[in-house]
Amino acid sequence: MQTDLTFLVKRRLLRDPFAVLGLVLICGLIMLAILAPIIGSPIAQDLGQRLLPTGSSGHVLGTDHFGRDLAARLAYGARVSLRVGLLASTISLTIGVILGLLAGYFGGWVDTLIMRFTDIMLGFPVLLFLIAISATLDPGLDTALIAIGCVSWPPMARLMRAQVLTIRSREYLVATTALGLNHIRTMIRHILPNCMAPVIVTFTLGISGAIMAEASLSFLGLGVQPPTPSWGAMINEGKDFLRIAPWISLFPGLTIAMTVLGFNLLGESLRDALDVRLKEK
Amino acid sequence: MIPFIIKRIMQGIPVVLGVLTISFILMYMAPGDPVLALVGDYYDTATVEKLRDELGLNEPLWFQYGLFLKRISTGDLGTSYVTGRPVLSDLLQKLPYTLQLAGAAMLIAVFFGVLIGIMAALLHNTIWDRLSVVLALGGISAPVFWIALLLILYVGVEWRLLPPTGYGNITFLLLPAVALGTRSLAMLTRTTRAFLLEILREDYLRTARAKGLSEIKIIGKHALRNLAVPLITIIGMDFGSYLSGAVLTESIFGWPGLGRFALNAILKRDFPVIQGTVLFMAVLFVVLNIIVDIIYGWANPQVREQLIDAD
Repeated sequence: MQTDLTFLVKRRLLRDPFAVLGLVLICGLIMLAILAPIIGSPIAQDLGQRLLPTGSSGHVLGTDHFGRDLAARLAYGARVSLRVGLLASTISLTIGVILGLLAGYFGGWVDTLIMRFTDIMLGFPVLLFLIAISATLDPGLDTALIAIGCVSWPPMARLMRAQVLTIRSREYLVATTALGLNHIRTMIRHILPNCMAPVIVTFTLGISGAIMAEASLSFLGLGVQPPTPSWGAMINEGKDFLRIAPWISLFPGLTIAMTVLGFNLLGESLRDALDVRLKEK
Repeated sequence: MIPFIIKRIMQGIPVVLGVLTISFILMYMAPGDPVLALVGDYYDTATVEKLRDELGLNEPLWFQYGLFLKRISTGDLGTSYVTGRPVLSDLLQKLPYTLQLAGAAMLIAVFFGVLIGIMAALLHNTIWDRLSVVLALGGISAPVFWIALLLILYVGVEWRLLPPTGYGNITFLLLPAVALGTRSLAMLTRTTRAFLLEILREDYLRTARAKGLSEIKIIGKHALRNLAVPLITIIGMDFGSYLSGAVLTESIFGWPGLGRFALNAILKRDFPVIQGTVLFMAVLFVVLNIIVDIIYGWANPQVREQLIDAD
């Protein structure tokens, strides 16, 4: 049954041109991250080669104001973005799924407590909250990554709770209670697997959100610190040379847009393929 | 309607308290000694101790939290380390600029987003429809700060159509407003298109057509009215993105609002201003959300009843 579903989803995805485009963009990003060391060094400076335009020999995308190769910095930036996207989204998935599961399963005061806390977290505009955390703590990749994960779980918790509420009254769950199965076993073995479809979709869409958040923080100087390359920071570095060397900012921006587009397309196609409604109930 | 409004305001109180608590924790975790930051480089130990006592920093954490709540309730958001001015008066002075920018961005997003969405739904499956889908996807995926730089580079510098940065007459407002509104415009285009396509298939519209009503009347009188509720939700949800986006947009365009004020404070590590701005914007966000929910409840009686019946 599970294999049938996986097969069906795969077939639906491969027939959806948006899903294929999303997958191509994501595969391209992964290849870029893997091939980064072959492309060049992201921190090697050569002031004699500064601000070389796109298409220069030895520097396909040109160089920045320190003479660093833009292609190499973009490729290493892909590693940073992928790391932040996957890890931050995993943190928010873990927190959101656990809290949503507990709230939906136990109900009562547990539900009230968790959901009020979720409401408070949703009360903050996400980027503003991230700016506050990163400005207060020591800015850096790990701070950004953990902050993004810890701030973006509320939608996942709400979704998970709604899912649990819809399946809690089903016969097989009533039977597990009657058989005397303990709560943790029931939650992990019988509820969680039945809530996975919307969770996967939200996780995929969460990756693009995390990548965008990291880029915004790094643009403001509150994310990844120099000389480590990050797409957001590269756009910021290039803004002072916008008129004479627009490529320094143009390419990282385009890469962010393509990456976010890739994960968004895949996430939305998965939603259609799995036929889940993410509207909160 | 009155019980609904009261209930919604009551729901907002714990959220505001939570926002205050998180802000307090962040302020408590901030590195460095706030007293040393206040007195500057030259100080004597007695003055520092006296200030520490005055600010309650020698008291236990819960007591400090109580003092913090008391201070906030009187509108005291602290004093800037850099300028020595009260944070709240600076915030109130910057607020109109941010509201002006956010308002213009929202107008652009709603007008063009809904218009393009309607056109796309009416011209379903044509090249224009597909173009709108691609544009909307691009608008959602591109970072706001990158769009801002592209607008400055091309519209402001290369083509010289509008002033690239700064503050002045309405022409200075257009570029930052477009940059800030792009994401919202794209979301509204998608939502309008999707909902309108769904509504146009409904039976009552088929009946309206069968009665001989013109397509413009059908869209204007029946479809758009049903579209209002989901649109209010999206617009409401976007308040947060306008406030967050203002930090990025204002700093790029040199717009003298809350966002640029916050970023300057971040660069100078002026913690009272950072925390004060975040707190102010978060409370503003909660209040705006309550107002949107009240409008939402007014437009949709079902939502109103659900909230009142929830007990």
